[in-house]
Amino acid sequence: MSAPPIAPLASLDELWFQVSGTLCNLKCEHCFISCNPTNDSFGYLSYDYVMHMLEESVELGVKEYYFTGGEPFLNRELVPMVEQVLKVGPVTILTNGTVLKTDWLNRLQTAEQNSRYSLEFRVSIDGPTPEMNDPIRGERTFERAIKGVAILCEFGFLPIITMTRTWDESREEEILDSFRGVLKQHHYARPRLKVLPRLKLGEEADRTEGYGQFERITPEMMEGFDVSQLLCNHSRVVTDRGIYVCPILIESESARLGETLRDAQVDFPLLEGACYTCYQYGSICANPSSKKVEA
Amino acid sequence: MQTTIAFLGGIYNNYLALEAAIADAHSRGVTQIYCLGDLGAFGPYPDRVFPLLIENEIQTVQGNYDHSIGNALEDCQCGYTDPRDNHFAAISYAYTLQNTSQENRQWMKELPAEIRFTWEDKTILLCHGSPRKTNEFLWESTTSTAFLERLVNEQNADIILGTHTGLHWHRLLSSNRHFINVGVLGRPENDGTTNAWYTLLHLNTEGCGQENDYASVEFIPVNYDYERLAREMDSENIPKEFIETIRTGWWTTCLEVLPAKERRAGKY
Repeated sequence: MSAPPIAPLASLDELWFQVSGTLCNLKCEHCFISCNPTNDSFGYLSYDYVMHMLEESVELGVKEYYFTGGEPFLNRELVPMVEQVLKVGPVTILTNGTVLKTDWLNRLQTAEQNSRYSLEFRVSIDGPTPEMNDPIRGERTFERAIKGVAILCEFGFLPIITMTRTWDESREEEILDSFRGVLKQHHYARPRLKVLPRLKLGEEADRTEGYGQFERITPEMMEGFDVSQLLCNHSRVVTDRGIYVCPILIESESARLGETLRDAQVDFPLLEGACYTCYQYGSICANPSSKKVEA
Repeated sequence: MQTTIAFLGGIYNNYLALEAAIADAHSRGVTQIYCLGDLGAFGPYPDRVFPLLIENEIQTVQGNYDHSIGNALEDCQCGYTDPRDNHFAAISYAYTLQNTSQENRQWMKELPAEIRFTWEDKTILLCHGSPRKTNEFLWESTTSTAFLERLVNEQNADIILGTHTGLHWHRLLSSNRHFINVGVLGRPENDGTTNAWYTLLHLNTEGCGQENDYASVEFIPVNYDYERLAREMDSENIPKEFIETIRTGWWTTCLEVLPAKERRAGKY
């Protein structure tokens, strides 16, 4: 058997914080790391630990920061963490939009205004109607998340609505147009939309199916491929159990790379089914949307 | 010793703004002019850009667009990922590819990916997007200072100049090193004004600015006959969205790639 394809870490540009571990107030049926209110297989990051990692990241010249979970706002220290990180770099928070409090947003608005850097919010909503979203994300989550979007807009943020593609790709334009219309009705005048491919891990593997044995990157597929399309080429994620290669693979023990960011600057073998999705779609974790790369 | 150098960012076929910027630089006594690439895109008549660059001896870095047109590639390699951004990028790329002469394509194909020169003991590095990747977007609000410090260290440069994003900005780094995005001549800066921008770098052995810095940066607004450009774009059947940007100063396309702060500053 030939050697597996490898993604080298070309440059540590983006640092992710798994700030609420696998804890979430929702229990989405397609969650690729099976987050829910009681799943503490990954726990909260402490303020001191995040500050420690931030210091190391500045020494290494990290360009951007991301906070994810679970639901990041369940971590009561999120706001002070973000306030500190915005002093040294741009921040994106991935939230389900259902637990936002105005005093937190007041503080974050001030922090962004005092920073030269952008604060982005990505709000997960899985379709333009409750009928599409709620069966996946839970009862009344559409209504609650849309309220969250409206509050973010009131504070002058331009949240990126992030949806997982649970529909056939041929319906994509129709669904996105419909979503733009719905968001405009809710006073979001220039909606930003991002579509994510399904990641067939965790709950999603149970809901639909897992990765087939041929859904893997082969060495031949890497020939002429722009490896910077893969997050693991320029990113790492901090969890309470160490540094992992990417936020998608934290449940895979082989994805744990060490205790420090310097430890984690190693090549990664692209052996997982999710690597194949990342390969197919490219830049799936970046803020702008991406589309399947034509073969 | 004192000298001033002019740097021009993406031209995007806007030969009228290019002409105006060259005239402006000359009127200030500046004769050393560099261009940081992306000669084609939104505007009309791509071939009108080249005589201006060649006659004025403007050394030019190869942008992603120039690499694509020069090698007749399938797309502009602009680095967009959102389908809406790519939709409009494909339209202007098809027009530019079709309307650029073989001779000018060859000229672009041979442009260097970077230009490096020294002034006194300082190393000045000219690139298109970033020194490590031609089509990298270095936005002011999503590029940490720590990252720029790493870049100048890795590149052994005192001053790095780039373009590609379409918005000018400057950051002073440690040891009086600098990162400068020189802006673009091709389209206005999404601020509701119709002028384009270029950059002057003033270098002075005596130190000329804060902290006894040897370098100071001046961003220059360029007024040009944008109505004429808009009419010519219209006569070439270039999409009305691009023409609106020229006439209003607000970006109407390729917006999804903008980070929050830059997006908020615009209208759309």
